[in-house]
Amino acid sequence: MTRGHIDHYRTRRRTQIMAETIRVECIATQSAVRDLLVGLRTWLRAANLSEENCGTVEIALAEALNNVVEHAYPADMPGDIALDLALTDACLRCELRDQGAALPGLVPPDSGLPPIDGPRESLPEGGFGWSLIRTLTSRLSYERRNGENRLTLEFNLNPA
Amino acid sequence: MDLATTPYPDMTIITVNAGRIDAAAAIAFKDAMRAAVADGPARVVLDLSHVTFVDSSGLGAIVAAMKHLEAGRRLDLAGLTPDVAKVFRLTRMDTIFTIHPDLDRLIPRATG
Repeated sequence: MTRGHIDHYRTRRRTQIMAETIRVECIATQSAVRDLLVGLRTWLRAANLSEENCGTVEIALAEALNNVVEHAYPADMPGDIALDLALTDACLRCELRDQGAALPGLVPPDSGLPPIDGPRESLPEGGFGWSLIRTLTSRLSYERRNGENRLTLEFNLNPA
Repeated sequence: MDLATTPYPDMTIITVNAGRIDAAAAIAFKDAMRAAVADGPARVVLDLSHVTFVDSSGLGAIVAAMKHLEAGRRLDLAGLTPDVAKVFRLTRMDTIFTIHPDLDRLIPRATG
């Protein structure tokens, strides 16, 4: 199966704030990640996030999901990725889980952007992902437990 | 990947006819760009107006396409949509490329 699909959707209302949660799952391939992101964007729009917030979330999640595809699982044996989203008026919390290799050092890298001040032939063609994730999220946490990676990305949402 | 090449006397405009340059498309984009810029004028302008999303793999592929050009040739960008502009800004790659806000103003008017 290559398509990300929505397994679970529920909406609940509280007195003051509306909270919505969704779980999406896919196998860790580039094309399945793309399908998942396209579906997620539709959900975020339907949940009335601004286009700016939608872009912020999609860029950060794309980097986090691509990291799992490229680094957590062997290319010839892609495993599963599960993504749980919880949306309130002011915050979107995304919990990404996989059973692949742990992050080196058990922390998300924090090395900043690669240098771009050299000559053209030395310009970087990668190494932007974690910097984008850190810049675009309000909070970022990582936990390795029982053979599972759990990366949590939180976004403070600007009003539409 | 579908790239449309439009030759002008002093530049080539390459229009990306795809919605995403992402990890799934990066290699196909690089290959198509190599073929599209194999010859032609010194200035190449990449028209990204149909591209709504670029991730860091796509960004890397665009940088690779620029580095692949011979010395003396350059790759400019035009038509950046909001999410694409954000990726270039946050990685500071907007300081490396000349980015044209309006592709139409680059195109020479027909004379006669």
